[in-house]
Amino acid sequence: MRDFDFEIVMGLEVHAELHTKSKIFCGCTTEFGGEQNTHVCPVCLGLPGVLPVLNEKVADYAMKAGLALNCKIASFSKFDRKNYFYPDLPKAYQISQFDLPIASGGYIDIEIEGKKKRIGITRVHMEEDAGKLVHGGGSLAYAGYSLADYNRTGVPLIEIVSEPDIRSIEEAIAYLDLLKAILEYTEVSDCKMEQGSLRCDANVSLRPWGQKELGTKTELKNMNSFKALQKALEYEIERQAEVLREGGKIIQETRMWDENKGETISLRSKEEAHDYRYFPDPDLPPIIISEEWVERIRQTLPELPQARQIRLVESYGLPSYDASVITGSKAMADYFDQACSAYGIALPAGQSTDDKGKERAKQISNYMMGELSRRLNASDQGYQDSPITPENLVELLTLIEGGTISGKIAKTVFDEMFESGKKPKQIVEEKGLVQISDEGAIAAVVSEVVAKNPQVVADFKAGKDKAVGFFVGQVMKATRGKANPGLVNKLLMEELKKQ
Amino acid sequence: MALTKEEVQHVAKLARLELSEDEVDKYTVQLNAILEYARKLEALDTTNVPPTAHAFPLQNVMREDKVTASMAQEKVVSNAPDEEDGFFKVPRIV
Amino acid sequence: MKLYSKRAHELHELLVSKQVSAVELVNDVAARLEDVEPKVLAFVSQRIEDAKAEAARVDDKIASGETIGPLEGIPMAIKDNMCTEGIPTTCSSKMLHNFVPPYSATVVRKLNEAGAIMLGKVNMDEFAMGSSCENSWQEGTRNPWRLERVPGGSSGGSAASVAAGQAIFSLGSDTGGSIRQPAAFCGVVGLKPTYGSVSRYGLIAFASSLDQIGPFSRDVRDCAQVMNVIAGHDPLDSTSAPIDRPDYTSFLNKSIKGWRIGVPKEYFGEGIDAEVEEVLRKAMKTLESLGAELVECSLPHTEYALPCYYIIAPAEASSNLARYDGVRYGFRTEDAEDLISMFSKTRSEGFGEEVKRRIMLGTYALSSGYYDAYYLKALKVRTLIKQDFDRAFEKFDVLLSPTTPTVAFTCGDRLENPLQMYQSDICTLSVNLAGIPAISINAGFADGLPIGLQFMGKPFEEGRLLQISHAFEEATGCHSQMAPLKGGCEG
Ligand SMILES: [Mg+2]
Ligand SMILES: [Zn+2]
Repeated sequence: MRDFDFEIVMGLEVHAELHTKSKIFCGCTTEFGGEQNTHVCPVCLGLPGVLPVLNEKVADYAMKAGLALNCKIASFSKFDRKNYFYPDLPKAYQISQFDLPIASGGYIDIEIEGKKKRIGITRVHMEEDAGKLVHGGGSLAYAGYSLADYNRTGVPLIEIVSEPDIRSIEEAIAYLDLLKAILEYTEVSDCKMEQGSLRCDANVSLRPWGQKELGTKTELKNMNSFKALQKALEYEIERQAEVLREGGKIIQETRMWDENKGETISLRSKEEAHDYRYFPDPDLPPIIISEEWVERIRQTLPELPQARQIRLVESYGLPSYDASVITGSKAMADYFDQACSAYGIALPAGQSTDDKGKERAKQISNYMMGELSRRLNASDQGYQDSPITPENLVELLTLIEGGTISGKIAKTVFDEMFESGKKPKQIVEEKGLVQISDEGAIAAVVSEVVAKNPQVVADFKAGKDKAVGFFVGQVMKATRGKANPGLVNKLLMEELKKQ
Repeated sequence: MALTKEEVQHVAKLARLELSEDEVDKYTVQLNAILEYARKLEALDTTNVPPTAHAFPLQNVMREDKVTASMAQEKVVSNAPDEEDGFFKVPRIV
Repeated sequence: MKLYSKRAHELHELLVSKQVSAVELVNDVAARLEDVEPKVLAFVSQRIEDAKAEAARVDDKIASGETIGPLEGIPMAIKDNMCTEGIPTTCSSKMLHNFVPPYSATVVRKLNEAGAIMLGKVNMDEFAMGSSCENSWQEGTRNPWRLERVPGGSSGGSAASVAAGQAIFSLGSDTGGSIRQPAAFCGVVGLKPTYGSVSRYGLIAFASSLDQIGPFSRDVRDCAQVMNVIAGHDPLDSTSAPIDRPDYTSFLNKSIKGWRIGVPKEYFGEGIDAEVEEVLRKAMKTLESLGAELVECSLPHTEYALPCYYIIAPAEASSNLARYDGVRYGFRTEDAEDLISMFSKTRSEGFGEEVKRRIMLGTYALSSGYYDAYYLKALKVRTLIKQDFDRAFEKFDVLLSPTTPTVAFTCGDRLENPLQMYQSDICTLSVNLAGIPAISINAGFADGLPIGLQFMGKPFEEGRLLQISHAFEEATGCHSQMAPLKGGCEG
């Protein structure tokens, strides 16, 4: 970024909805959607007189996320009230954590073009989600009225605040990507950005190269996809740079990314900045976390993305590019591991497979990174709901490996598998796609084709290489692609030599 | 450290209370009297005294992650001053 | 038969022996309610017809030979800050004048299950903020002993209705003395349980770390009976103590011989009326005659309780009362242009003066730059006040003090001076800050007005408070008088 005239300083605040069954302080379901105001009870509606009771899974999950992000877990943690008025906040305060968050002082290591960079995690804290407003008349700015739905109110969140260690948009994206993968791996959140279960805010400031003090920052809200994060940061960085180049000053403010307009809009300026009047929530006793509790949660930590990436390279000889793509999503990595098991090449960490195994692993990887990902993306599906199971994919690879079907036929079978979810053997049988490896049968077709095309034989003899391709094509056409290509080549050359 | 009228107005804004001029005057006097009285506390040395936010030292009060029934939509909005289609309706925000 | 003047345990005997039916009982108390209500103004809403239907069901039960519980069929009143499903719950505020809760408070549910019959909801200072029951959206309740006087507050309706025979017992809530002070002013028994003894679920919050529900009754035995129903752990309240509720009646009829009673000198200083002190001294003699030893002691941080309380309670209240914004329930202003004006107009028009004053005070104490100086400081002083009690209870079984420094004052007298009004809670506030239990019982009269005696106990030792109160009551017979409903009030 040296070609840019300012140094970019950014920190991200990520809110992730925890994957619990019930809300943080009441028994209402956390299920996404539902008709408006049907996942609501007196507690999450904030009716006069109600009291919160903490869902034990929320503390467990927040701790698990904290440990996965290399944080220290607090031995004493408490809930505080963050007071502000907004129609999506039924009690006019959000139960959150202020000075004693459940986890703090962690980090994750992102990788940019092969180089590692450590991003500090300031804190991870628990809080409740707010409701949703629908603006009558479209956007907030032009609405004549708004409508409040409290189904989402009280869904448990963790807020993950990074240090201002991020220096470029690439780093911001890599950070969010890795963070998302870690949260998915630990299964504390389903991280469905399109459903708002992972949301990202950013603090952005610029400073001249070499300057120590931080510039004035703006807080960007409402970036709810990677694309939005990229575009909003590009816009905001350029906006700030322009202001500074013209000798202006950045105002400390909150700005909202407007997806439709493609710009950030000022929400409120500093003088109106909130005074949240945090204080300990008297309705909720503190949480005292013992060593044993932390250990119990640590035991539940799965293999995290980076460890898994290393294992895929070391155990299966996958190129690190393949390994990083596959481990970028837990579902994809799980699919790969399941396929390896089905193929009989799975190994415990620390051991590596033989060349045959490596070849097989690469075959799996090729299919996943190529055709399967393409088809899943096109149909908006994830690896967890792939119509082709890892076992069926391996069955297909086995059919190719054993010469039962040709690579070309495999494509047809794959398409059919994706459409119908059927097993490849069944498809091959039903459609009669078994490769013809009977020399006599192929030889008969070859001589017939050669006999029919004396002119092409003449071309061959005149040294035109294209002629061979023509004959192969004709044989394949006659056998509906089922002829074993190796045999076709061999028999064709023999036949042509005879001419 | 007396509270000024401007501060009273700022506090009213934070608390979302619209005060008349008379109320601002009255509250300025009364709040100052109460705060003056509250400053009695400054006389106490509390250097090594921990704060008490809860009357009794309970800890780790939690419930199982179990879904229980929510209310019917018409019950949820039954007290709503303004309602549309099962939503709570509020005036324009900006 | 003047059933309304009897205690719950006496009425229970009459019901069980079929000398009186539950319907007769409800009819009698309802008639009394109607008869004196124009003078007392204790009720915010009534449900007499429903109460009669419930009484008929109790009679069916008795007729079919089933046993009934001690409170079954007994008419009661509930302070209007406890949620009652399907029955308006207003906190005596315009803000909630139309609020009908879709759920019931745990105490209300428990009393329903015990078969007690609610005649109506009773008046209070708006959102429980006040010491005279005059800060009500409705007209202020009157003191049944002398009608130009206040009944005390904030649970003024709860105290007055019991003193006037409009209910056999009632529930109130106590944040800084709101049960004990009106109990003293109205000459009835009022218990503020240990913080965490009685569920707060469904009690509309004033100051969450101080609020506690408790009973009003005309004698100590009834108080114990009501506690037997309402106390106990509630999983819906995270601050509810996970301990087993004792049988509170098991503490009655027991000697207090050899008990050491601490008498904190700070509660007998200037500001205590001579007539109050005189009655208290006499009460102490009675206790000595029962075999207790009275020893002067000190709670050195007592003078800081009032300023400490008037930071903590408003701070919590400012947050608890923020939810009244006109969006989901309650009052909404008629002339809102946009959201911000809807919020601030709704709140300005919906809240009364005292509530706004405390919201302002609490908002200020929590605001940026003042939190440490006021709120945090008050939380630390609270620790010191609590430690005073811990130390005293190392030496004493209970502590004794007046409940209030004066007898009931005249309507309107203290309305213009908030600080003076706050002073009437000077003897009761510390107990809430420390979270300990305390009871007020009648100790005698000055010029026909009741004077309250307060016993304070160790956490979860309500039983001891009931034991000593019962011994005192048996020795003096103070409890047996009915308020005369004399005088008048122009205000
Ligand atoms: Mg947050
Ligand atoms: Zn709920």
